[in-house]
Amino acid sequence: MTGAEIVFKVLEDRGVRHIFGYPGGAVLPIYDELKNHKKIKHILVRHEQGAGHAAEGYARSSGKPGVLLVTSGPGATNAVTALTDAYMDSVPIVCITGQVPTHLIGTDAFQECDTTGITRPCTKHNWLVKDVNKLSSIMHKAFEVATSGRPGPVLIDIPKDVQFQKGKYIKPKELKNNNKINIQFNGQDKKIDEAVKLIEKSSKPILYTGGGVINSGPRATEILRELVSLTGFPITSTLQGLGAYPGNDPQFLGMLGMHGTYEANNAMHDCDLMINIGARFDDRITGKIDEFSPNSKKIHIDIDPSSINKNVKVDIALVGDVKFVLEKFVHAIKKKYPNFENSNKQKISAWWDQIGTWRKKNSLGYVNSKNVIKPQYAVQRLYELTKAQDVFITTEVGQHQMWAAQHYKFDKPNRWMTSGGLGTMGYGLPAAVGVQVANPDKLVIDIAGEASVLMTMQEMSTAVQYKLPIKIFILNNEYMGMVRQWQELLHEKNYSESYTAALPDFVKLAEAYGCVGIRANKPDELDGKIAEMLSVNRPVIFDCVVDKVENCYPMIPSGKAHNQMLLGEQDEGQEISDEGKVLV
Amino acid sequence: MVKSAYSFATKKEKIEQHIIVVWVDNESGVLARVVGLFSGRGYNIDSLAVAEVDKKKNISRITIATSGTPQVLQQIKLQLGKLVPVHQVANFSRDKKTLMREMALLKIVSTKQKLEKAKKLCKKYKYTLLDKTEKSFVFEVSALKKEIDILIKKLEPLGLASASRTGVVAMTKGFEVYGKN
Repeated sequence: MTGAEIVFKVLEDRGVRHIFGYPGGAVLPIYDELKNHKKIKHILVRHEQGAGHAAEGYARSSGKPGVLLVTSGPGATNAVTALTDAYMDSVPIVCITGQVPTHLIGTDAFQECDTTGITRPCTKHNWLVKDVNKLSSIMHKAFEVATSGRPGPVLIDIPKDVQFQKGKYIKPKELKNNNKINIQFNGQDKKIDEAVKLIEKSSKPILYTGGGVINSGPRATEILRELVSLTGFPITSTLQGLGAYPGNDPQFLGMLGMHGTYEANNAMHDCDLMINIGARFDDRITGKIDEFSPNSKKIHIDIDPSSINKNVKVDIALVGDVKFVLEKFVHAIKKKYPNFENSNKQKISAWWDQIGTWRKKNSLGYVNSKNVIKPQYAVQRLYELTKAQDVFITTEVGQHQMWAAQHYKFDKPNRWMTSGGLGTMGYGLPAAVGVQVANPDKLVIDIAGEASVLMTMQEMSTAVQYKLPIKIFILNNEYMGMVRQWQELLHEKNYSESYTAALPDFVKLAEAYGCVGIRANKPDELDGKIAEMLSVNRPVIFDCVVDKVENCYPMIPSGKAHNQMLLGEQDEGQEISDEGKVLV
Repeated sequence: MVKSAYSFATKKEKIEQHIIVVWVDNESGVLARVVGLFSGRGYNIDSLAVAEVDKKKNISRITIATSGTPQVLQQIKLQLGKLVPVHQVANFSRDKKTLMREMALLKIVSTKQKLEKAKKLCKKYKYTLLDKTEKSFVFEVSALKKEIDILIKKLEPLGLASASRTGVVAMTKGFEVYGKN
């Protein structure tokens, strides 16, 4: 078997159905072999970064690892942003790169770069395969590493001569998936008991959940919901955790953090018990770390031991896969405190009253307009008109992303794909391509900003080629909105380089790509245009022309604690006239 | 309002000196992974010593002298533990429970009188005279890092021409054994 054949044999044995890639000199033997493997469909992207984000979207929406195949040199370096993105957001990605032949490595050959050197800090592990007989074991190991523990990207660099060479394919005895993690979560029963004691004692508890719940799989979501109903505790979620718990449920306080709700952040600040489930105390979540939830006991469930005590010191650390830990947790509560659901109600009722008071602030409210489309209104209408379907939402990065997170309500996991850790503008469109490939009959919408989407716009061509009916819903304010917002608030309104002049006509651009372009200018035409978008079974670029200077609130300014939020323009000390404005 | 998209560091914690010992697969790039983790996450490396210790199993032992807050030291250990070729990580405190040694090669080029003086200075430590000409001595000295620091300082006026140091290696006292796998 040649190296190229071995590559496909591994992919087949791992059940890979789709790969995203772009050919080039150093991967031609693998591309040559593609024709013999009809079970594996190759999606030709227009830029390797697109392949990476598509693989991420594929992985996050399907729970299976995403695979990309790119050439050496620029092919590999173009994939670096996507690999880093996947590393930050714990997305399982297997990246196969071509490399110049082994005898040319180190000679600055054409399209040579030190791929394993460059990608070392942005992968869980990477390999340069110099011996064809090690190729199959390395590739299987790569899949194991990518999908086990805290998932993440891996990279296999295969020199061109190794792709040609004949070697042995060794199938592992069992397709293992775990390493270094006590996957069943045994031997920590004592800690569980301590945690359960804290739960029983608490009168101001909060559950704070993150992407780890989603990564743990559907069972984790089920058992989380059981825990919430069993305890009656309020629950908030990070950006990446949205969908693990239904966004419409009364026990859900909305997203927390820099642009989280008033009730979620105040509850985090004032609670006496915080249970972090699969989240990592990221700086967008904690705000000023010294004043982060000063009076609470903290329980932290995480599969990655290095997440424990990294940013915030916790009282009880439970290292393990969320679903296994929660399973034990729920079991222990039921055993120790039967009928906890009712017995505990009284104890936390004052807490719920307090939360109710915070909720009355209606921190996601905004002043609507009859003349211009408010971006929040656009997301709300999009939600209302699509919520009956099983919708997959991706986003770019910026204000639109936060508005999407605030106003689009998710009730299932794996429906929300956004670049949180790295904050990669240009993520959403190619991610939508990958999501649509994994979920061919579902509605996939990229809620985008006009600046972000232009970074990877070329992937519309991919969507058209493979007839992927993704909807690119652009909240177009002609600004890099979040940059503009920070400049307004922190840099004396010096809008340095945050306005994009000479934007393309997105409707004509859509037509040029061979898809459908729709534009909405006025609030009263929005519903009709969204309906039009949904009725088209082709890729659509929707140019939603929105208020240019709307800011994203609520907001924890940098260096401030959770209980020092800005709720809106009132807090900036500006007057709002009442005329023609409706508080929604 | 603070003029930054990020908050500023406010707390200052006490810095501790530790020795991190890492057992790794002796494969290409493994040292770069370990060292890259330190530089990438802003950890300190005061010294580094590495060599294969088990030929059969291809295991190398990396000894890193480092410093940081207790929280950072804990992170170093946990982050290293996540690397695929890493088998085990131990955190040795720099105290009486740990044996520590550093070896130095020291070349003195000087007059006869000063060479003899240098020899006398080295006598305080275990030393071997490895090479000798009428103008020069090369000593091998094995001692604690700070002892070698002091020795070098004293040898400088006597014509110390070149110094080569291994960095600290360490082992626990007693029958306790780390890295048995």
